[in-house]
Amino acid sequence: MGAWLGRQRWLLRMGAGRLGMATERHGRAADASASSAGEPAPGGPGGRRRELLRRRASSASEPPVGASASASASAEGVRRSRPGSYSGAPSVSRQRVESLRKKRQLFPWFGLDIGGTLVKLVYFEPKDITAEEEEEEVESLKSIRKYLTSNVAYGSTGIRDVHLELKDLTLCGRKGNLHFIRFPTHDMPAFIQMGRDKNFSSLHTVFCATGGGAYKFEQDFLTIGDLQLCKLDELDCLVKGILYIDSVGFNGRSQCYYFENPADAEKCQKLPFDLKNPYPLLLVNIGSGVSILAVYSKDNYKRVTGTSLGGGTFFGLCCLLTGCTTFEEALEMASRGDSTKVDKLVRDIYGGDYERFGLPGWAVASSFGNMMSKEKREAVSKEDLARAMLITITNNIGSIARMCALNENINQVVFVGNFLRINTIAMRLLAYALDYWSKGQLKALFSEHEGYFGAVGALLELLKIP
Amino acid sequence: MAERGASGSGSSGDSLDKSITLPPDEIFRNLENAKRFAIDIGGSLTKLAYYSTVQHKVARVRSFDYSGKDAEQDHEPPYEISVQEEVTARLHFVKFENTYIEACLDFIKDHLVNTETKVIQATGGGAYKFKDLIEEKLRLRVDKEDVMTCLIKGCNFVLKNIPHEAFVYQKDSDPEFKFQTNHPNIFPYLLVNIGSGVSIVKVETEDRFEWIGGSSIGGGTFWGLGALLTKTKKFDELLHLASKGQHANVDMLVQDVYGGAHQTLGLSGNLIASSFGKSATADREFSKEDMAKSLLHMISNDIGQLACLYAKLHCLDRVYFGGFFIRGHPVTMRTITYSINFFSKGEVQALFLRHEGYLGAIGAFLKGAEQDNPNQYSWGENYAGSSGLMSSSPELCPTQRARSGTFDLLEMDRLERPLVNLPLLLDPSSYVPDTVDLTDDALARKYWLTCFEEALDGVVKRAVASQPGSVDAAERAEKFRQKYWSKLQTLRHQPFAYGTLTVRSLLDTREHCLNEFNFPDPYSKVKQKENGVALKCFPRVIRCLDALGWEERQLALVKGLLAGNVPAAFTASPRFSPGPPHKCALIFADNSGIDVILGVFPFVRELLSRGTEVILACNSGPALNDVTYCESLIVAELARYRGSALREERLLLMQTGSSSPCLDLSRLDKGLAVLVRERGADLVVIEGMGRAVHTNYYAALRCESLKLAVIKNSWLAERLGGRLFSVIFKYEVPAE
Repeated sequence: MGAWLGRQRWLLRMGAGRLGMATERHGRAADASASSAGEPAPGGPGGRRRELLRRRASSASEPPVGASASASASAEGVRRSRPGSYSGAPSVSRQRVESLRKKRQLFPWFGLDIGGTLVKLVYFEPKDITAEEEEEEVESLKSIRKYLTSNVAYGSTGIRDVHLELKDLTLCGRKGNLHFIRFPTHDMPAFIQMGRDKNFSSLHTVFCATGGGAYKFEQDFLTIGDLQLCKLDELDCLVKGILYIDSVGFNGRSQCYYFENPADAEKCQKLPFDLKNPYPLLLVNIGSGVSILAVYSKDNYKRVTGTSLGGGTFFGLCCLLTGCTTFEEALEMASRGDSTKVDKLVRDIYGGDYERFGLPGWAVASSFGNMMSKEKREAVSKEDLARAMLITITNNIGSIARMCALNENINQVVFVGNFLRINTIAMRLLAYALDYWSKGQLKALFSEHEGYFGAVGALLELLKIP
Repeated sequence: MAERGASGSGSSGDSLDKSITLPPDEIFRNLENAKRFAIDIGGSLTKLAYYSTVQHKVARVRSFDYSGKDAEQDHEPPYEISVQEEVTARLHFVKFENTYIEACLDFIKDHLVNTETKVIQATGGGAYKFKDLIEEKLRLRVDKEDVMTCLIKGCNFVLKNIPHEAFVYQKDSDPEFKFQTNHPNIFPYLLVNIGSGVSIVKVETEDRFEWIGGSSIGGGTFWGLGALLTKTKKFDELLHLASKGQHANVDMLVQDVYGGAHQTLGLSGNLIASSFGKSATADREFSKEDMAKSLLHMISNDIGQLACLYAKLHCLDRVYFGGFFIRGHPVTMRTITYSINFFSKGEVQALFLRHEGYLGAIGAFLKGAEQDNPNQYSWGENYAGSSGLMSSSPELCPTQRARSGTFDLLEMDRLERPLVNLPLLLDPSSYVPDTVDLTDDALARKYWLTCFEEALDGVVKRAVASQPGSVDAAERAEKFRQKYWSKLQTLRHQPFAYGTLTVRSLLDTREHCLNEFNFPDPYSKVKQKENGVALKCFPRVIRCLDALGWEERQLALVKGLLAGNVPAAFTASPRFSPGPPHKCALIFADNSGIDVILGVFPFVRELLSRGTEVILACNSGPALNDVTYCESLIVAELARYRGSALREERLLLMQTGSSSPCLDLSRLDKGLAVLVRERGADLVVIEGMGRAVHTNYYAALRCESLKLAVIKNSWLAERLGGRLFSVIFKYEVPAE
């Protein structure tokens, strides 16, 4: 039963504890030469679809082949008024969901978010199963439940984030625990194969899935696993998920938090934040790429912009520069590095502050700017490079988020997405940068379940909640 | 590399790559009169600016002293011509690689004579590094100037003074450069300087600007990160790699995330979801080219996005890009333009500058020259002395680019008088003087370039003939030929080298080249002779005209206006009817001789007799056989016609401020513009091919206008749908 995913070399290890979140368990590929492993920041391209439909409709010409721009972008300014505004392809599935909902949704309850790098799976484990129910429960359903809940790792790359588990949750009148599981998107075929092996299709269940992979793997689900996916808009799911999770809290604790004195290693504190007035809210989802949404109410939000410089960029460039193979490894290296050896600071150019423009000497003038010099290239360590990469990507996201907040006139900015998983350096930097450059106007907020909101949103859609 | 011999003046002992032979008359020109220096030392290029004076010959006309003489004598020229020396001010800018800085400083030291200059303004990152060297070599005190202040001062200066300075880059068109016609209001704008980092500055007025933001992801990131990823050391080589790569091999695209479904969803699958996203999930080697390309896209997109966010926040739609990341590289201009279009949905325009590399040096120079008030003058780019926009792209040949980029020159002449818009232009911001854009129109370009090539022999002969007493005329004329010929060849390959290519710019370039080799007015003798002949006929023509009836006379007058242009008969018979007289007519004269004396003068006379005041505007300096302002004064005097009108200032002879055979109504002498406004001119007459066809054919004015010319070029006649010697007679009344 252990070989849930195709690979046989899974190993569970304690994570790199130096990152300040030692209680967490991290899966990690033992074999450094193994291709896969680890996890880059996931999240996928974050719901470009609707924007792009609009973009085409507004006669903007299609970008030429080979040219690029961060997928995101476009269609700013168009508010998405919900609910229930499905369009195009998903509408078929929607009907199916509606028809299924007339009955009580059968177990198992899954929500799936297939991003560009990571697949996020939430699974509701009913704890109020009666003896009678247990009796009736088909073998395959039982086997799934047991398998998922009795393991913390699946195959070589599947991880259950045990510390995130939401206990005693009531969903659709059932009490149970919500489990959070992730595995790399490239193991999707193995996952589908497992569905086939375990005869999922006999359960007549519906798989609600969001993220780009819901489209990419739809055919595989159907032909290999005999499973019909219900495809959902990823931004809808994201917004739904985050609002729901915030409302249920985190096992009695606050879901949302912020950092006080983020720049001060001694005084820095992670403190709970009560998101009692959530609107308007700037939502920055940092997966492989970044999507930025302005949320005005439960049903009213718009995608402001996005950038292709996200978690995938950090991890990808770290792999190329340092030879690291896992996200954890990249972060661990970054925690030991010194980015000022790599970056050119304002003081490196002006000897101190650039007073003419009010720029502090410590500010980065040119990311990787010192690497223009051969001598300095030879003098830096891999750790320094990893750190600089982390600082570069994080600062850039902070900068774009700040500009969006200004343009949209929004003061609270919530950063989510798996790039922030075990990534205190990035979170503190975002908190500090937002506060410093906005002169205290903007507040950076974070959320415990970082990357799982899309999957949660998909589960809520399955159960038609609310 | 032949020019880089080891015998550089003052640097013969240096290592080979630092020594360089500097042909003094080609690079640091006019050094002997140089005063005021400024230097901008960047990461790899040094830009030197200096102010100098140029002595060159001008042809002056002067009336004979007629007292005691009979002016009507035959065989006597109507006036005399003398060649005089004139001193004008010129700004020189020289750009070279930092490697040559020592050799260049030595050269300057050796050639700098007798200068009173004590200080040199310095800016750029290297100003610190080379401070001691400059002070030691030149014995000038180095005054450091703020980089961004210099950049903005320089930017304002080129935008104001150089037509077609800014351009948009369109990757799929040929050529890729689309120049911006001069906007009278250049403020406010956003300047995004992409050096090692990115600075975003909002410029509101000449002196008011604000740093509104920046980014650390800039040229240094491309260079530094690129060097780490590809082991390629040089910036240009990295760009070269990037131009050959496929970013989709490294980036995670939307289609990688969505699979084939992106099509049915209306998604553009080629959009980047995550830069370098594939290097995170695939365990394989990536090619240097692909990584460089991906990096270039990542950085360009990021800068474009931030620029758009800042532009939006500050409600600006014009963004100028500069800095070494741009520096005329087509690859980066292309990706930045793409990004700006993408993120702003076409609402923000990415603009680049032809003299982007010189902004810092120009600004530093202006800072040092504030007491000379350079901003109160108008300046003009000298096409003869300026190198033009670099075009050999790094994709084609990086080494050649590096070499051709070794020395780049920009020269700007200080104009005698400030130039302004004609107040009668309907919409100065949309006025484009030139009728045909030869950068766009490949067929027309080919024709005109050939036409000017073929005419070159004749121009050379004419130049030599105009200076019979000069021993070196033939030699100078030959140098002129070579220079103009090479300019024409450059323009064949790089039509965008000096902004929009037009018949006007070809003509002006020829005039600049002639001046360069001291042929200030090759037609002076011809004009003198023709004016003499025409003056003799003048009284008879007037008598004949006065004998005609009203309508016949009008027809004859128009014929006369056109006849000066061509000896052919005027066949069409437009109908004239007398309307209320105009208050004041502004006439732009064309040729000397018959044209002005027998064509324009009688026409002017008729207008005056109707009670219409007349402003007759002639060129300030010579161009072809066009009548100059000085000549007009003399011949008007000699014609002794309407003497009272001249005295009573009902006829005013003015200068245009131009020395071009064409006419740019957005750059006219300020005095003329003031007069036009004062007198309330309500009719504008523009005559001749250069002024009414090659330029201003489509010019929209706020008052009535008459454009007339005879098409003396069969190709053009065919283009316009007529025959050779067809007549253009374009009378326009503005819509109410």
